[in-house]
Amino acid sequence: MARVLVGVKRVIDYAVKIRVKPDKTGVVTSGVKHAMNPFDEIAVEEAIRLKERKVAQEVVAVSCGPTQAQETLRTALAMGVDRGIHVEVSDSEYEALQPIHISKILAKIAQDEKADLVIVGKQAIDDDANQTAQMTAAFLDWPQGTFASKLEKIDDKLKVTREVDGGLETIQIKMPAVISADLRLNEPRYATLPNIMKAKKKPIKKLTLSDLGVDTTPRIEVLSVEDPPTRQAGVVLADVDQLIVKLKEGGHI
Amino acid sequence: MKFFSPQLNSYLRRFESTLVIAEHNNEKLLPITQNALTAAKKLGGDITVLVAGTKCGSVAEQLSKASGVAKILVADNEAFLGFTPESLTPLVLATQNQFNFTHILAGATALGKSLLPRIAAKLDVSPVIITIIYHHSVSFTGNAILTLKSKDPVKVVTIRGTSFEADPLEGGSTQTEAIPAGDYKTDLSQWLSQELSKSDRPELTGAKVVISGGRGLKSGDNFKMLYELADKFNGAVGASRAAVDAGFVPNELQVGQTGKIVAPELYIAVGISGAIQHLAGMKDSKTIVAINKDPEAPIFQVADYGLVADLFKVVPELNQKL
Repeated sequence: MARVLVGVKRVIDYAVKIRVKPDKTGVVTSGVKHAMNPFDEIAVEEAIRLKERKVAQEVVAVSCGPTQAQETLRTALAMGVDRGIHVEVSDSEYEALQPIHISKILAKIAQDEKADLVIVGKQAIDDDANQTAQMTAAFLDWPQGTFASKLEKIDDKLKVTREVDGGLETIQIKMPAVISADLRLNEPRYATLPNIMKAKKKPIKKLTLSDLGVDTTPRIEVLSVEDPPTRQAGVVLADVDQLIVKLKEGGHI
Repeated sequence: MKFFSPQLNSYLRRFESTLVIAEHNNEKLLPITQNALTAAKKLGGDITVLVAGTKCGSVAEQLSKASGVAKILVADNEAFLGFTPESLTPLVLATQNQFNFTHILAGATALGKSLLPRIAAKLDVSPVIITIIYHHSVSFTGNAILTLKSKDPVKVVTIRGTSFEADPLEGGSTQTEAIPAGDYKTDLSQWLSQELSKSDRPELTGAKVVISGGRGLKSGDNFKMLYELADKFNGAVGASRAAVDAGFVPNELQVGQTGKIVAPELYIAVGISGAIQHLAGMKDSKTIVAINKDPEAPIFQVADYGLVADLFKVVPELNQKL
């Protein structure tokens, strides 16, 4: 396997309680802590491990977004990725981008870079779409190994253990292929200070949408973004007996 | 569509047709398909159900009893062993070419989520996740509700099972028809094996009562008392990510943003602090009970009834008294 491409997204940090904008057009992102999407950290870690096991020769990270996406790429580089590709878009363009567009971008770069494997997280924790790997695989006509919790290369094939509803499933897919990482695929490493310093010297290539020739016409119109209904405040009970009374009242027992 | 008058609306709906992709294990239909059927009926228009698998005749028979279904297409082929998206996608595309559906629906399960985006990409449309029809919720950890309008000619949609009632599969007698044979064999992927957890308990996403344990349980052994409690309610047992990561229980029990979304009548959270990611998977439950010794735990902010107590005392007491 010569080259692994790994897709990374900059999202609002997982621990932040998001706020909906008063005009209902989206959520507040300015001045809010951002970080690499947790599933993408796992994707990066897996790609680096493939290189450390000498299964892959080179790992390239791709991120599409405004200027700040470079911070996310630097994080990937500090973890051990060899080089980065930043597909730069304006803030307004970025808001209209969906997995279908990102997948077309990833598919094009995978072809241009002659990647043998594309790894992305199974979902971004902001849009929760869970679509990019599947759509990238479809655009490339490559097989997909979604929700992967174990990856093994056997000759020119990949054995993938997947997290499915009732348990686990093992499939074998032909390379080149697309993988989406589930939480249990690995435990991502922390970038050490020396590696963060080294990452500053690693190359990040800049591309634009027109370089790639990808049509990013919006496919959806956002009508509104609202807060979900809030639950009424509950009561604290004194003991188990009171709880049993409440469960009886509710018809649960 | 909601922008048109009711008359025009029903006129337009006559031209709508929905394909529901049935999920099953070749023996039984999975309940999520019944939720998807209800969602399809809300859209109006003709409904076609596609059953693909290896020897899936009995599943088609179960479905034939559903009311309001125009057509049941059966694709019985060894190529669909393991329901790989690489074999099913060409089948759905062939079906779409023949019938030109306006909507293609499946449940938002591991299979639905793997398959539908692949189909959507091949049709060059953007897939959406629906919770309430015409309120296509794409959530920020369930902390925001996004209402969107799809501009694509074909809507490819995964349905959140907990948001729609299950269709009773009664009152209908739809004939099944075999889909014209095609060559759906692919060398791209091959299904090898599965290790599914066997359990006599109700399935987590469909259970009326769910008892979930978190890090506070301290060990997998201690989950026994949750199983005992679940038995009293004929309920299912779930877990927080912390409990899964610590190896107390297997992955498929995880409730939350990245695990299963549940909305039972009663959800009892035991030793779970209530991180945003966990709440995203259970906060639509009708009644929530929290048992936690930390009065500051965020779970108490969504709980209808809270017990600030040591779970190792309270749960055995509850088991004894019920």
